[in-house]
Amino acid sequence: MEFIVIIISAIFVNNVVLMQFLGICPFLGVSKKVSTAVGMTGAVTFVMILATIVTYLIQHYILNPYGIGFMQTISFILVIASLVQLVEIILKKVSPALYQALGVFLPLITTNCAILGVAIMTIQKDYNLLEAVVFSGASAIGFGLALVLFAGLREHLDLIELPKGIKGTPAALIVAGLLAMAFMGFSGIV
Amino acid sequence: MTNKDIFLRGFFKENAVFTLLLGMCPTLGVTSSAINGLGMGLATTFVLIMSNLVISLVSSFIPDKVKIPSFIVIIASFVTMVDLLMAGYVPALHEQLGVFIPLIVVNCVVLGRAEAFASKNKMVPSIIDGISMGLGFAMALTMLGAIREFFGSGKMFGVTLFNETYGMLVFVLAPGAFIALGYLIAFINRVRKA
Repeated sequence: MEFIVIIISAIFVNNVVLMQFLGICPFLGVSKKVSTAVGMTGAVTFVMILATIVTYLIQHYILNPYGIGFMQTISFILVIASLVQLVEIILKKVSPALYQALGVFLPLITTNCAILGVAIMTIQKDYNLLEAVVFSGASAIGFGLALVLFAGLREHLDLIELPKGIKGTPAALIVAGLLAMAFMGFSGIV
Repeated sequence: MTNKDIFLRGFFKENAVFTLLLGMCPTLGVTSSAINGLGMGLATTFVLIMSNLVISLVSSFIPDKVKIPSFIVIIASFVTMVDLLMAGYVPALHEQLGVFIPLIVVNCVVLGRAEAFASKNKMVPSIIDGISMGLGFAMALTMLGAIREFFGSGKMFGVTLFNETYGMLVFVLAPGAFIALGYLIAFINRVRKA
């Protein structure tokens, strides 16, 4: 029951992109086509779950016992950056097909604030390891859901005649606002 | 390029938020009021100036292969400093900005300027670039925060201008951030063309 609450809350009620504003750069950057949005979602899910597990272990077995909690930001971002590199190297060797699909998105993920944000939030919310994994997976799904929905909307948006000033990013932002408004309908469920 | 050109370019012509569309997460996430936007903007400005300063001094000693990781470490150290200073001196604001303070590390503006400007230029121009980019970012955040605060709760910098019950709550909530920024960028595009 507890896990269901975490999942529903992370995907719908507190959606990372639309309610917490994490990972807006890829949300606006790679949402021009549904296919690239799906690829990005795959890469983010993979790295987010891995990064949350590793940063959880670092926080509880290195930073906390030695009382060096102030090193959190520095150590987490280094771990995420090296993890992304590692995943890239391993994928290249083990599964070239998957690397082809996700490869271009991997370098972008280091500066995706959703990854670092979710890692820090798991620590703040005091989850245990299993809850942390569920939370990060659900957050990644929420990110993907918002990204794919938004990409679908943008594909249609290109076909509409709009005033010059509002075409492009402003129109995309306003559509994102409407999407966020739709997601607000979920608030109060949990 | 003179120092004045560098300043004007960062502050207005290539404004991080309005033109380059960098650093969107804090732009949307913390601008529910003008004070929050200003606080976030100034915190980012501090990190930007200090990281530009240090990176312009040390970048010639850093091998190309580890350039980005070393930049990230330098930036992360200054972010940690800001985080602790704000927790000590302005705890209320620190509480409001929450997770977005450590997230300055992954703000594309900071790493972008380190890579594109500070690593290739001398100390003084790099500091000016940091100041102008940072203040441009702070201006954008304060503007968006003021607009959202005004329409959402009838206040400006915490001063009540009209009764809150007439405010449109949506501007303070998440969707309002996207919509207000969308129209603000559209308006600025229009002004620039004219």
